[in-house]
Order: sequence, then C-alpha cells, then structure tokens
Amino acid sequence: MSKWILVICYILLAPFIGGLLEGIDRKISAKMQRRVGPPLLQPFYDVIKLFNKETINVATAQTFLILTYFILMVLTGVMFWAGSDMLMCFFILSTAATFLYFAAVVTSSPYSSIGAQRELIQMMAYEPAVLLTCVGFYLAAGSFNVGDIAQTSVSYLVYLPGCFVAFVFILTIKMRKSPFDTSTSHHMHQELVKGLTTEMGSKNLALFQVTEWYENVFLLGVIGLFVVNTNPISILAAVLVILAVYFLEILIDNSSARMKWQDMLKITWILTFFSAGVNLVVLMIMK
Amino acid sequence: MANITRSPWLLHYDGSSCNGCDIEVLACLTPVYDAERLGVMNTGDPMQADILLVTGGINSQNQDTVKQLYDQMPRPKVVVAVGVCACTGGVFKDCYNILGGADTTIPVDVYVPGCAARPQAIMDGIIKAVGIFQQRSNEYKAQVKEKKKAAKKGAQN
Ligand code: SF4
Repeated sequence: MSKWILVICYILLAPFIGGLLEGIDRKISAKMQRRVGPPLLQPFYDVIKLFNKETINVATAQTFLILTYFILMVLTGVMFWAGSDMLMCFFILSTAATFLYFAAVVTSSPYSSIGAQRELIQMMAYEPAVLLTCVGFYLAAGSFNVGDIAQTSVSYLVYLPGCFVAFVFILTIKMRKSPFDTSTSHHMHQELVKGLTTEMGSKNLALFQVTEWYENVFLLGVIGLFVVNTNPISILAAVLVILAVYFLEILIDNSSARMKWQDMLKITWILTFFSAGVNLVVLMIMK
Repeated sequence: MANITRSPWLLHYDGSSCNGCDIEVLACLTPVYDAERLGVMNTGDPMQADILLVTGGINSQNQDTVKQLYDQMPRPKVVVAVGVCACTGGVFKDCYNILGGADTTIPVDVYVPGCAARPQAIMDGIIKAVGIFQQRSNEYKAQVKEKKKAAKKGAQN
C-alpha cells in the first residue's frame, strides 16, 4: 500500500520538486557569481510560457518521440518508487535516452545532430558506473529489488562508498552540468546553440524540461537509496545527503570549464574502474 | 504563476553594427546589470526566442537573414531595435549598402535610442517589450480560440 502512495507522490510531486530544485540551483549559481539571479519559481515561469507559445514543428515525429521519452522517464521513476527491479529501471532509463536521441536527430539539423551524438557518448561514459552500482546493491543486499534493498539495518554507504563516489560523479553528466554538458548546456547561447534541444521549441521544449525534472528526482532518489535503512531517522539523513550532493553539483557546475568528450570518457571510465570496480572486488572478497 | 511576461528569452542579432551596441547588450547580462533577474535569457535559437534584439542597420546582404530569423520565431513575438543604427540607420544611413533601420525589413515594436545605447536604456526597452509581449500573447490566444471555434462550426456544418 505505502509503495503506491510513494508512486502517486512521485508522479504528482516530482515536477514541482524538480522545478524547485532547478530554481534553487539558478539562485545559488547567481549568488556564486555575485548576481541577484532570477526568482525561485523562474523554471515554472519558463515552462508555462513555453506551453503558451505557438508550435512550430521541424519534424512531426519529434512530438511523438519526446512524448515517448517523457512517458518512459516517468515509468522509470514509477518502477523505482514502487520498489521493483533496479536493473530494469536503468534499462528503461537508457531506452528513454535513446528516444531523446532520435528526437534530436530526426530534425537533421547539424547542431542537434552533433548534440545527439554527444548524448550517446555521454551514455557510454556513465553506463558502466550505473551498472556497477546496481551490481553493488545486489552484492550487498542479495537482491535487485529496490523494495528489498531499502529493507536494511545498515546504510549501504558503509558497503558501497566507491559506488557512491562513482554515481555522484556520473550524476554530473546526467544532470548536464559543466564540465560534462557537451550535448546541451543549461546556459543558453553556449555549446552548439543548445545542441540536443536546438530544434525543440514551445511545447516540445517544455515537455523536455519537465522530463528532466522527473529524471533528476529519480536520480536523487537513487542517491537516497545509499543512505536509507529501516530506521525512520535515516530518511532525514537521506534528504540531507541528497541536498549536499545537489549543492556539490552546483559548485562543480560553477567552478569548472567544459571538457572535450574524449577527456570525459577517459576520466569517467578510470574513476568508475578505480572506485566502483575496486569497491565491488573488496565486497566480493569480504562476503 | 501563469504570467508569461516573467520569462522573456532574447535572440540577439547583430546587423551591420559597429559592435558598440552589441557590447552594451552583453553588458546587460553581466552581474552588474544582471538581466537574468527579470527572467531574461540570451538564447541563440530563434525557435526558443520571444524577443528579437536587433543592433545595427539593415544592409542588402543581411536583410534576408533578419527576415528569416523573424519568421522562425514562434508567436507571440516582439522586436526591439537597439541603438540609432537599428532605429534609423544612424551614422551609416547614407552608405551605399544600407537600407535603413530594422523597420525597413521587419515590424519593430520598441526603439531604444543611443549611440551606443546604454545598458540601462536597453533594460528599459526590454521591460517595455515584455509589456507588448503580454498583449501579443493575449491576442494570439484569442486568435487560436476563434480558429478552434471556426473549425468546430465547420465540422458541424
Ligand atoms: S548605434 Fe552607435 S554604437 Fe550602436 S551600432 Fe550604431 S554606431 Fe555602433
């Protein structure tokens, strides 16, 4: 029963939490740059405005592809909060990302095509860390089911510190934060004229934005899974860890310059191997 | 919250300006003036823009580009001419290739004078443009409604 409450909460609240987090992100970024910054609700203003604009479609298939991306992303989150298979969640997440890739290339605009190719490279960069994290949870909990994983007396952070580091690292890629925002940048007028989203306007762009919020809430939920245990106080701890990680991402975003994709791939894989990989080996020996 | 004037996204096009006005436009985005506190974002993408900022006059070579950029912007949209060059042609007015201000090619809503236009004046112009943006949006919504009604009637007949 309680898991369905979580699922409904996710479907209804995730866009608001995601949007609010982005608003906080923009406000903190502005403060870091000694600006006043936009109002806290700015992301909502943007999305509402986009929904009110005229639709100009470069390719009619794009709307369908973005809608599929959106539905699959919500499904990923629903499965996660319903406590089902974690591997499956991430597979659906990858499928969703593939639809985003198609939505970008279908327009055959050079900017969005290059952005889409870089998106694929980004997927290649973060996928190993995601898989190793899933395996890590399996080794520690004996199950891939998020519901079973959450039933633990000791937080997984104790068993999986390496996986945690790797996952936080790839979160920078997933959240499209600098230095890894090669496929599309949050700050407009920068990389590839927004790359992936160049040919998305009005409603499609708004839907893309909302999907990103769903995705962020799901990913932060995975961060929370590292912390929660059967003790209710751990939920509070999880929220604090999530906020700390989010702040760290903002800090990285504001203090680093964009990298070439080759460097991104190298650094991510090396870090994944040495932190998550070594973590798993140690866990296997110990168990 | 449904107030769309809180999120005007700009598209900045540099016609045949001397770059003086362009630097002032960029100055608006720096921490000193921080146009983002008004929700302004500088996009490079006409498909996502609401306000077209034109600096510099129109010449025979960039006329088509300006027209195309304007056409690619989804409605509702507003045009702001920044600097005397974009308003009338300015110091370049009598050059053989200059056709005049931005209004020779596209309908301009707000004229921001100055050579170069000061950042304060540009911000003022953007705020004026935002007011017009709301008006346009209302008109656009009414039009869409009417179209839908007409389509319904057509289907019934
Ligand atoms: S108005 Fe003056 S500063 Fe601006 S583009 Fe023209 S000549 Fe340059």
